[in-house]
Amino acid sequence: MAYSDKVINHYEHPRNVGKLDTDSAKVGTGMVGAPACGDVMRLQIEVSEGGIIEDAKFKTYGCGSAIASSSLATEWLKGKNLEEASKIKNTEIVEELALPPVKIHCSVLAEDAIKAAIDDYKKKQGSAPAQAEAAG
Amino acid sequence: MPSTYFDYSATTPVDPRVAKVMMNYLTLDGVFGNPASRSHSYGWEAEAAIEKARKQVADLLNCDPREIVWTSGATESDNLCLKGTAHFYHKKGKHIITSKIEHKAILDTCRQLEREGYEVTYLDPSSEGIITPDQVAAAIREDTILVSLMHVNNEIGVITDIKAIGEVTSAAKVVFHVDAAQSPCKAEIDLQDMKVDLMSFSAHKAYGPKGIGVAFVRRKPRARLEAQMHGGGHERGMRSGTLPTHQIVGMGEAFAIAKQEMAADLKKMTKLRDRFWNEIKDMEEIYLNGSMEQRVPHNLNVSFNYIEGESLMMSLKDMAVSSGSACTSISLEPSYVLRALGRNDELAHSSIRFTFGRYTTEAEVDQAVKDIKVAVNKLRELSPLWDMYKDGVDISAIEWAAH
Ligand SMILES: Cc1ncc(COP(=O)(O)O)c(C=O)c1O
Repeated sequence: MAYSDKVINHYEHPRNVGKLDTDSAKVGTGMVGAPACGDVMRLQIEVSEGGIIEDAKFKTYGCGSAIASSSLATEWLKGKNLEEASKIKNTEIVEELALPPVKIHCSVLAEDAIKAAIDDYKKKQGSAPAQAEAAG
Repeated sequence: MPSTYFDYSATTPVDPRVAKVMMNYLTLDGVFGNPASRSHSYGWEAEAAIEKARKQVADLLNCDPREIVWTSGATESDNLCLKGTAHFYHKKGKHIITSKIEHKAILDTCRQLEREGYEVTYLDPSSEGIITPDQVAAAIREDTILVSLMHVNNEIGVITDIKAIGEVTSAAKVVFHVDAAQSPCKAEIDLQDMKVDLMSFSAHKAYGPKGIGVAFVRRKPRARLEAQMHGGGHERGMRSGTLPTHQIVGMGEAFAIAKQEMAADLKKMTKLRDRFWNEIKDMEEIYLNGSMEQRVPHNLNVSFNYIEGESLMMSLKDMAVSSGSACTSISLEPSYVLRALGRNDELAHSSIRFTFGRYTTEAEVDQAVKDIKVAVNKLRELSPLWDMYKDGVDISAIEWAAH
């Protein structure tokens, strides 16, 4: 299969590869996909007190399009607030990377990973005060 | 720069010696006649060329030229042998035995026969990819009419013990068909010594042209078939259609070269394979798929754990290889052959098949090994599964959400 130049670019120079501290209250982690299906994405965001995504990292097991989709997602996430981030749609990823129909599931997975990371962050924020209360 | 070809099991380039012969059978100044024309020399010369090629093929297989039926390739031969046998013997029984690791040309034909009311048993290979004579013996029933097993597996290169299985089928008086598309140049075939009734071959896996193949149909004891292609009664009524002279002389020449050069080819491929494998076998978390002992020497099918096969192929863009991963095929399942060996999904998704051939060089192998090491390291750095493995997390214990 022929890949678009943008997919190849992200694949050869993936942006924001790495891991953030999963236990930090400022970090939200989304892990989606399954080894059995041939792709697993881990996408993480670090959110400032002002609610802005200051950092984003990913690691992906999957085909070139899955790697490119998650790499692109981390680029787009940085600097956005959570509201804006949650509005990123898989169709925008498809368009930007010129993904063929058989690779649309890769973009869906990236959108799911973003949502999962945001949910994880919100859950941590929601539960943090409760924990403080219990401790006090 | 074209990539280096490591996909000789998918197809081979035509040997220049073969191409040269073929070119004499196309144009006005060559032998272009219809081999079925009985009334002039154009036809006679074409017929003579066909009969020479038939003998060349028969010589490699050690059989009678009259046992060779020309077809369009191994797919057609498989269809002819399976459907032809099933339809001929349907009154005797409707049970067929094959295995889970056959080529789709066998498996899809069996599915069609199931739709027609036949019953098919699919034998499970061992974790090494081996089907044993005992398994076949145990599966044969009163109503079994046909056993079909491949000689050399196209994905993992494992060789089935056809000679021993032939003893079982012949004692049970069951027709034995063997898909030997992958065998010429790689595994010895002696039809005087193997009790096989029907065998399928293809030219393009052995440095011949695409679109031509052979069905071996034994005369003693006689294998009976119902034709699947009706028409002018060519090939003793078993396969009608004007014979493609240029293709046929190409297959004949390719098989004649195979006979002369097989021993040298095998030696060379074993050397290349060992050179390749010795360099990569000590990498962390890599697995050879299929038996190393009972295997043709030009195939290495390797799983690089925690890396997905298609992304690995993308990194190995200077190499033409194939992958058992899902993303590369139309179906979304990873290789059914590796699944049948009991490989888990990750390993099935992470497999790459490297196959060498007549034109592979040591320098190409050395470069490949270097490229593989770089790519594997890069992709493992990118892999969350590799992270988890390194952190001691048991990936199989995680409940993944299906998607
Ligand atoms: C084992 C086996 N059987 C059948 C075939 C089909 O052969 P052909 O391409 O000649 O139809 C192939 C090749 O793909 C093969 O490897």
